[in-house]
Amino acid sequence: MRLMRHRDLVCQQVVELVTDYLEGTLGRAARRRLEAHLAGCPHCTEYLAQMRATIGLTGRLTPEDLTPRMREDLVEVFRRWQSEQN
Amino acid sequence: MDSDGKLLLRLRSGDEGAFASLVERYHEPMLQLAASFVPSRAVAEEVVQDTWLAMLRGLDGFEGRSSLKTWLFRILVNRARTTGAREQRSVPVADPEPAVDPSRFDASGGWADPPEHWVEAAEGRVEAGKLADRIRAWIDELPARQREVVFLRDVEGMSSQEVCAVLALTDANQRVLLHRGRSRLRQLFEDEFRGIR
Repeated sequence: MRLMRHRDLVCQQVVELVTDYLEGTLGRAARRRLEAHLAGCPHCTEYLAQMRATIGLTGRLTPEDLTPRMREDLVEVFRRWQSEQN
Repeated sequence: MDSDGKLLLRLRSGDEGAFASLVERYHEPMLQLAASFVPSRAVAEEVVQDTWLAMLRGLDGFEGRSSLKTWLFRILVNRARTTGAREQRSVPVADPEPAVDPSRFDASGGWADPPEHWVEAAEGRVEAGKLADRIRAWIDELPARQREVVFLRDVEGMSSQEVCAVLALTDANQRVLLHRGRSRLRQLFEDEFRGIR
């Protein structure tokens, strides 16, 4: 176990900084402290990987299909607009 | 598939097929987003239909300073907010809810109950099409403002800038909401797969 220095981050702080880290909005010093923590902490490394996986899995949802009735309603909307144009 | 820019050109010349393509692309995402502001699916459908008409009527004035999608979603959010205004949504942005239950850390702030591994199990079940409905339900259950941000960023793939424009949020607030929402979803994945190794 390595010695804690005053400016070291603890895990409970790391989990609150993960989004700023992934968004690239941490300052350089803060990013270095976070990366130093990750280098020595498998649990927080796992946590970061899980946040990335959460984002990736959410991004794989595909929209549900439109119903035929919805399509018809929208054709009506378009034709209404066209008739306004004339 | 035509880009939004091409569809916009075709639409301006009165091409119904271009409209149909935009509808295929954005109607369902708009319905989901609208549902976050208004009390029922029926009202959400009305708001989205109104949005399409407003988009068509506004075509001449659209200067393309934002993307078509951002413009369209902004119209939607403005309308949905007005329609849903009766439903009070005074949830503070910076609610103090932590990303991880404090009881999982020891007195010095280190993990006492570290995250359990679940990523491969989840990937496998998503591949098999067995997890999508669960994830959708989890997103639906997020607090409204977190849901809107997570949906636009992570499901719809919008940039933080676009999401701020659509929802009229500051960059900092957008990030707080994204952080809370994503943290909550991560926890739900972990709960779902707890004990499966």
